[in-house]
Amino acid sequence: MAVLTVRVVASDREVWAGEASMVVARTVEGQLGVMPGHEPFLGLLANEGEVRIHTVENGIVTANAERGFLSVEHDTVMVVASQAALAE
Amino acid sequence: MGAQLRIYRQKIKSAQTTKKITRAMELISASRIQKAQARLSSAAPYTQALTRAVSAVATGSNVDHPLTTEAANIRRAAVVVFTSDRGLAGAFSSQVMRETGELTERLTREGKEIVYYLVGRKAVQYFAFRQRHSEKQWMGSSDRPEVETAQEIAAALIEHFMKEHDEGGVDEIHLVHNRFVNLVSQVPTVLRLLPLEVVEAEEAPASADVLPLYEFEPHGFEVLDALLPVFVENRVFAAMLSSAAAEHAARQKAMKSATDNADKLIQQYTRLANNARQAEITQQISEIVGGADALVSAK
Repeated sequence: MAVLTVRVVASDREVWAGEASMVVARTVEGQLGVMPGHEPFLGLLANEGEVRIHTVENGIVTANAERGFLSVEHDTVMVVASQAALAE
Repeated sequence: MGAQLRIYRQKIKSAQTTKKITRAMELISASRIQKAQARLSSAAPYTQALTRAVSAVATGSNVDHPLTTEAANIRRAAVVVFTSDRGLAGAFSSQVMRETGELTERLTREGKEIVYYLVGRKAVQYFAFRQRHSEKQWMGSSDRPEVETAQEIAAALIEHFMKEHDEGGVDEIHLVHNRFVNLVSQVPTVLRLLPLEVVEAEEAPASADVLPLYEFEPHGFEVLDALLPVFVENRVFAAMLSSAAAEHAARQKAMKSATDNADKLIQQYTRLANNARQAEITQQISEIVGGADALVSAK
């Protein structure tokens, strides 16, 4: 099964990188789920900027990406924000 | 002890003290440079992601944004100068000031008025000494730049850029900073920040790596409008990080040669002191022998 390669990047470091089966995020237009095979996409994250990453090991990683954006291409998801951190 | 000898000993002592200080500074810089380099490289993924996204929007959506549009007639330019806060770093700050001078000359020849923004205490002192005007100054974080400072600088620059010319706005913005090449080489570099030229990062993309057609949310313009200020901020921060790493490298090099020079001085003065001591002894012996001879012949 295809997987997504996900990277969460903040301005001064890479916060998280790994493989996931699905990424759920809220953009300014609404909730969005990304699964493998998604079309190329570039969207601004909503103010809260919470991104949930369903990892291949069936875990969930939650990241906060304030004023960030999300880009998808070739099954690679980049969550980019000047301040990003993993939530507990 | 003879006067000459005492002077030499004093000089040796002072050179030794200086050497201790410069050696300590060299070691401190050597350890900080690692950290600065690590920060520089850990900021790279963000820069890459951002550059890619911005060029994707710029090429994929065909929208014009005020920050990327070149003014028809450039009459006023802003120059942002990045120096260090402290000296004792060799030519670090002065080479940036020299580069700024050249840029100033070039821009003035092109008939542009120049507004300065200064980052780093050395640049501020340079301007204060020459009683030159600068628009805004930032000090105190040149060796450990903070994202917040970069945000502040970027916000000020964008605001100034967006103003109309008649209200004192600028039409283009240049950055002058030391680029960290490696431990022995720091090159003063001029970079035009605004209007933005969106290009993929330095390394040429692989031929198969064509930007796909993205879908934008909400729209091309809004995405670009949100990304560009962040992009500017990132450029400023990258310049600060590079300058910080270069500063530590320059200071380490300067302090190393200062320590070497102190060693050389100590050696020279030690030789001279030995000479002086020997001359004193020789003189004393000849005085004693002379005295004894006089006593013998007086009998």
